[in-house]
Amino acid sequence: MTDRAQISCRNLWKIFGDSPRDFLERHSYSPTDADFKAEGYIGAVRDVSFDVFPGEILVIMGLSGSGKSTLIRAITRLNDPTAGEILLDGADLLKTTSAELIDLRRHKMGMVFQHFGLLPHRNVLENVAFPLEVRGSSLIEREARAREMLKLVGLEGRETYFPRELSGGQQQRVGIARSLAVGPDIWFLDEPFSALDPLIRREMQDEFLRLQRMLKKTIVFITHDFDEAVRLADRIGIMKDGRLVQLANPEVMISHPADDYVREFAKNAPRDKIISVGSIMSVGDGKSIDITVSEHDKIGHVAAMVLASDQNIGVTNAEGAVIGVVTRQAMIAALFPESRS
Amino acid sequence: MTVFSAMAEPGRGTDHKSRYIEAVALGLTLLLTVFLFKFYPETDKWPTEWVVPFREWVTSAFAWFATFAKPATRAIAWFITQPLALVEAMLYRGLPAWGWHPLPWTAVVAGTTILGHWIGGRRLALFSGLSCFYLAIFGLWPDAMQTLAIVIVTVPLAAALGLALGIWATRNPSVERKLNTMFDVMQATPHMAYLVPVIILFGFGQVPALLATLIFAMPPMARCTILGIRTVPSEILEAGRMSGCTPSQLLWKVELPASQQTLLLGLNQVVMQTLAMAVIASLVGASGLGQKLLFSLQQLQVGKAVEQGIAITLIAIVLDLMTQAFMHRTPPRFPEGASSLRRHRHLATFIVATMIAIIVALMVPALAVFPKEFMWSFAGPINDGVRWVSKNLFSTIKPVRDWITIWLLLPMRDFYLWLPWPVVLGVPALIGLKLGGPRLALVPVVLFGFLMLAGFWTPLIFTIYLVTACTVLCILIGVPVGIWASRSARVARVVMAICDTLQTFPSFIYLIPVIMLFQTSDLSNVIAMLFYATVPAIRYTYLGMKRVPQTVLEASTASGATRSQNLWKVELPIAFPEIMLGINQTIMFALAMVAITALIGSRDLGQEIYKALPGADTGRGLLAGLGIAFIGITADRLIGAWAKRRKAELGLM
Repeated sequence: MTDRAQISCRNLWKIFGDSPRDFLERHSYSPTDADFKAEGYIGAVRDVSFDVFPGEILVIMGLSGSGKSTLIRAITRLNDPTAGEILLDGADLLKTTSAELIDLRRHKMGMVFQHFGLLPHRNVLENVAFPLEVRGSSLIEREARAREMLKLVGLEGRETYFPRELSGGQQQRVGIARSLAVGPDIWFLDEPFSALDPLIRREMQDEFLRLQRMLKKTIVFITHDFDEAVRLADRIGIMKDGRLVQLANPEVMISHPADDYVREFAKNAPRDKIISVGSIMSVGDGKSIDITVSEHDKIGHVAAMVLASDQNIGVTNAEGAVIGVVTRQAMIAALFPESRS
Repeated sequence: MTVFSAMAEPGRGTDHKSRYIEAVALGLTLLLTVFLFKFYPETDKWPTEWVVPFREWVTSAFAWFATFAKPATRAIAWFITQPLALVEAMLYRGLPAWGWHPLPWTAVVAGTTILGHWIGGRRLALFSGLSCFYLAIFGLWPDAMQTLAIVIVTVPLAAALGLALGIWATRNPSVERKLNTMFDVMQATPHMAYLVPVIILFGFGQVPALLATLIFAMPPMARCTILGIRTVPSEILEAGRMSGCTPSQLLWKVELPASQQTLLLGLNQVVMQTLAMAVIASLVGASGLGQKLLFSLQQLQVGKAVEQGIAITLIAIVLDLMTQAFMHRTPPRFPEGASSLRRHRHLATFIVATMIAIIVALMVPALAVFPKEFMWSFAGPINDGVRWVSKNLFSTIKPVRDWITIWLLLPMRDFYLWLPWPVVLGVPALIGLKLGGPRLALVPVVLFGFLMLAGFWTPLIFTIYLVTACTVLCILIGVPVGIWASRSARVARVVMAICDTLQTFPSFIYLIPVIMLFQTSDLSNVIAMLFYATVPAIRYTYLGMKRVPQTVLEASTASGATRSQNLWKVELPIAFPEIMLGINQTIMFALAMVAITALIGSRDLGQEIYKALPGADTGRGLLAGLGIAFIGITADRLIGAWAKRRKAELGLM
């Protein structure tokens, strides 16, 4: 994380009401809940700051009404934020003219929508070619690129179908292909898999990870599903009532939730697949240890071995040196935090 | 039962108090009525000394405006004449100076068939072709082509104008508000009222007919454009913006294409309204099928009227089917690399067929102009039939007609005429006050008050009487039929097909059977209105019943409700707001038809418009037209407020 951030949000506000800017200035950029209530304003995004680094998947997770959709629309300037700064490769996005913004969208940004947002009157190929068409690419060039994108998402042979003739999963593949057509650096996904049924959702998540391994985009991914967040994220930001309550990688979030709200989500998370051995080991000497595991192993992966063993098991670092031990008690406590006696 | 009363609880917090107030208001109204009748019997008419000469003012203002705007109206007329002359030359006039013939009838029949095939496949092709052939074989060709010419020129103009206004409205909320108010009044104003000012500005003939048609047919397109653009899902707009669309790219490549269905619905309405108006425009001297039908009706030549009526109806059905099929059309999917001839085979066939038809027509005159000796007519047998009916059946129908007229209609009319005018103003105002507050109470006072001030007291009362009679009958027929249709899919299919057909007929047509069976009387007017106005009552009842959530019904059945308990305690209350909207529409349709039935005689506002036409009495015609619109607007606002309240109480909004 020593890289320069590709997207950087600083003190972002989005307030709905008659004159939100005045409201914010009147309360010197720190209105309380009572202020909002008294004057009838709605603070959809409140003082949110975060960075997204190149090639990183940042998942913003929150329940409905938490402001996550408003946040992504503010970062993309689909709805201009009330106050704050959004730096895109160091340049302030909020100061760009509308022509510059259109240019950015035509070259640097791609976005996927919850209900796909496909143009009903265009077939699959024309939908994918659409962003290229509006930026003025020739017919031959854009169709070639669109075919390439459809191949990437596994929809060859469906070029002449209309969106209504496709299943939900297929439609979202078209949405993904379209968002990647201009070759963007930054990829926004607004609850892309929420409208799909669970099996397809799982399949699309894998597909998404496969694409990202290939493409290495900088990603802001919105979801209301904590499991999805944990599965996909490099880092997760949890939103509540317009505020970002915690921003951390999944393991930290589960082992050190910032408050009860986060703890509630963390409780049902698949801990065995998230927590690694390193974070539950205790310092011990390396004497009389026959079996060792790596500190990066997920606990679920080694649980059977640890629990079946009579003795402590050693933990090694990348160089193979024993740096600690993992006990049965620690393992049980990590897997079943509720059952602590 | 407790479940349902508990459900309704929140809306009825002040139940007792408001019931009490209602009872007092009703009692006071009755007292006032009797008091006025007893001590001020002259209040059964609006005092003549209180009539303000609005009509004269409007007439002279318009006369002044007509002289003032002469250059502008001339320019507009010239501009309109050009495309019209071209289409007329193609369809029936030809260009004799250059020795050009109009298109042979065979070419038009073939062209229509191919167009039908392109849009809707074999069945539509056959129906369109045969309908066209009907026009030729019954000797209605030139008249039909005249009517068609007006339609062909008006539709693109009205659609373009409506589209432009609609787009403008979506970019500018204050424009949208103004347009909406204007369209409300325009759509509630009957067809004929448009004709009077047009005569003043443009005289008699095809051009004023076309302009009146254009103005009349445009609002649905503008409304559908606004609706279409407004209902494009926000994600599609966002996808367009994130793809890097400029605002104009967004409009032309995203918003308009994505609202294609609604826009085509608008086009369908424009086409239907255009045809309806083109027929009625015969009253300002537009020649064509409408004029021929008008003559036949005036001369009571029922046989001919039926032939012409069928011709108009066939044109209407073909246009309706074509525009609807176009709406649901999926463009064929060609394999990659299909030849352009294959992609455009309909266009190619069309061009080839037209060429062949023109060349063959030069050699065989019978294929250019349909020869007289091959024409058919069933006017004779129909006339005989009508004669037989009036000789044999009318003796049975007449007593029925007279009984209904004497015992139901006339007492109702006399009751309305007996009502003192303060009561006529006051009662709707009270209802408005109760349903929507002081603003709503003002609507009937201002609108009806204006009509009384303008000296329309008697026609106003006659109109209200006819519309009330018609609406009551429509409810008595429409609601049960709608319920019946909602019970059985088979009945629904038949009923809806009948409704579709009834709605496709231009309103003129309904006068034919009524004249045949009942001759002229108030009942004839009511029945002609009935044919036209029952449709929405049926449709909305059906829809309302169909939209009752299945789970609610299952729950009440599981609670042990019988079928009739289900109907009265569950379905009807839930469907009530929808049914109210249907009745609202029924009133609108009845009002539109009031003006048309003036042709067979009446004393209502429609008659005022009709009488204003020959003398081009703008004030009388226009204000009477607005009067009909005012009744419509009042009914719409009051019923709308009521339905909204019920919906809120049921938690449906």
